Amino acid sequence: MSWFRIQGRFVDNLPKIYGIYTGGFLGFVALMAILEQYGGATADTIGILFVAFTIVIYALIGWLSRTMQVDAYYVAGREVPPVFNGMATAADWMSGASFVAMAGGIYMGGHSYLAFVVGWTGGYVLVAVLMAPYLRKFGCYTVPDFIGTRYGGNLTRLLAVLVLVVASFTYVTAQINATGTIASRALQIPFEVGVWFGLLGILLCSMLGGMRAVTWTQVAQYIVLIIAYLVPVFWMSMKQDFGVIPQFAYGDATARIQELEPMLGVGTLKATESFAGLSALVNLHATPGDSALAAWKFVTLVAAMMLGTASLPHILMRYFTTPSVRAARTSVAWSLFFITLLYFTAPALATFTKLQVLDPNLATSIIGKAIVDVNALEWIQKWSEIGMLKIADSNGDGILQINEFFMRGDIVVLATPEIAGLPYVISGLVAAGGMAAAMSTADGLLLAIANALSHDLYYKIIDPKAETRKRLLVARILLILIGAAGAFVASLKLTSILGAVAWAFCFAMSGLFFPLVLGVWWKRANRAGAIAGMAVGLGVGFWYLYMVRFAGMEPWIGLDHLRFGIVGASASLISMVAVTLMTAAPDAETQAMVDEVRIPSGATILGSTH
Amino acid sequence: MNDQVMENREEHWRRTRNLMIINLIIWFFFAFVVHWFARDLNEISFIGFPVGYYMASQGSLFAFVIQLFVFVRQQDQIDRDCGVAEED
Repeated sequence: MSWFRIQGRFVDNLPKIYGIYTGGFLGFVALMAILEQYGGATADTIGILFVAFTIVIYALIGWLSRTMQVDAYYVAGREVPPVFNGMATAADWMSGASFVAMAGGIYMGGHSYLAFVVGWTGGYVLVAVLMAPYLRKFGCYTVPDFIGTRYGGNLTRLLAVLVLVVASFTYVTAQINATGTIASRALQIPFEVGVWFGLLGILLCSMLGGMRAVTWTQVAQYIVLIIAYLVPVFWMSMKQDFGVIPQFAYGDATARIQELEPMLGVGTLKATESFAGLSALVNLHATPGDSALAAWKFVTLVAAMMLGTASLPHILMRYFTTPSVRAARTSVAWSLFFITLLYFTAPALATFTKLQVLDPNLATSIIGKAIVDVNALEWIQKWSEIGMLKIADSNGDGILQINEFFMRGDIVVLATPEIAGLPYVISGLVAAGGMAAAMSTADGLLLAIANALSHDLYYKIIDPKAETRKRLLVARILLILIGAAGAFVASLKLTSILGAVAWAFCFAMSGLFFPLVLGVWWKRANRAGAIAGMAVGLGVGFWYLYMVRFAGMEPWIGLDHLRFGIVGASASLISMVAVTLMTAAPDAETQAMVDEVRIPSGATILGSTH
Repeated sequence: MNDQVMENREEHWRRTRNLMIINLIIWFFFAFVVHWFARDLNEISFIGFPVGYYMASQGSLFAFVIQLFVFVRQQDQIDRDCGVAEED
């Protein structure tokens, strides 16, 4: 595998290399299917083989991409072609929450949950139009590098590092939590051990090669996760005769669910018992709430997720790795394309699964069946055992009603292959996909934090004379320390996966959105304004989150803890504009720098190694 | 910097800013406006889907993807017209 060392050849041969890799992975899936059919391999063996095999591959790529060069470590040598950077960004972006929880969220939450689908895609319009090309032209290694150079001064840099760490650390604990959950289930080890095992896999991918290693493993992880997500959906759709591309053909299934809902009492029959972490289906599938407040809550959640997208450093830094400004723009479009492949499939998966469970005309349905028969189903037993599902005959009539079936949304993705009676090999594939999604996001986040601390805090502020070897050593030590801290917090199981993810978006937008946008689009924006924007935004965001989540304050016009970024970012904008206008305009040198950032041609503002 | 270059740069930024505003208007429509009226749109049907549901689960997503690929082309054209594009 000497082509990994010879950079030019490696980058020129990307389609071939990843083509072979994809073929090899499909071959592995086929081998597992044969083992299951003829070799008598059990579900457990297949699960272990899937997770172990893929992690070994990622670690191998990480090892082959090791480097001792600063620009390779921080920005993958700025030679990642747009399409491949798009795949890497998509893997970076789609977390354990997207992979495992999104379809389940739509299943349980109906239309209102689709705000996440819209918000987590539309944010890329802001990234492409307002941010990515300009940050690429700037030539920074990290997001605080841009803030610190554009506005000048160590305090601005430090505040940007602070916002980055708060947002990314909130996010990374959720991802390490997800790798722990999947690893513990697939490898049959305790959750606490699974968390550390997951971290080990993550560090193997990122430690030796920094951004370069993370980039090439993320491309490999995207390929695994998208195959793992799409195959079960296509398979299930063919079994139900919805055609080969079910995403366009599930309109009938949606209509059928709307027809069944009043018959089964969805939304009218409330649960009379409760089980921790589980819920019965009460939300209508395709019908939005009937009030202006419901519409307001939808659009504010969309706005929070979009502005958060455009402020999250681990996403923005992916566009520092492209060869040119034009490539950065193209790359954002490809990122969104690859993300959309999964996000427009999630509602289809939720709809199919719901139909399987609800529709009395289908053999798989359980609602309206005798509870004795339902309890005899293998998947019901398996998921009940680990507390993800509960059947309770609340009214004692021996028949399962909609308000007597409790589950956790997560099982929609994890258990669907079993609900639909697909072979075990598909369950193993899904486990590998979930692992890839959580690992790739955790990789990107850990690297974003460690790079900001090593480049911006250590090199730029503490020890500007440090040699390359020392800088990269510090970067790696920080990566391990932060990973360990993340794994420790994850093992405490403080928040549910989704709560923490939405908070990360809100923290990022509160502190960084306006300082980043105005840094490019408003030449007048100055240092004092940026300091105010970051400090006030993050401070107000924190305060509001604390008040509505923990101090029992009534949320302002429906802006609950998932949307606190709206309050934080508004405070950030107002304070930044006000303070900027009260203080002097930036000097001529800074204004000239902004002019240079706005045009694609010419040298980057910061040198290729700095 | 001579006057011609200055003029080109001003022209470039003016057109870039206009393109940004147009893109944000399209974005605003598909991100917020259609979903505000989801309940009314659900009365209409498109390839079997209620339209309000369809827009949130697919329609807006496709709009964003198409919008970005068009934006890339248009911005590149502006850069070339004003002589500030990178070398190929």
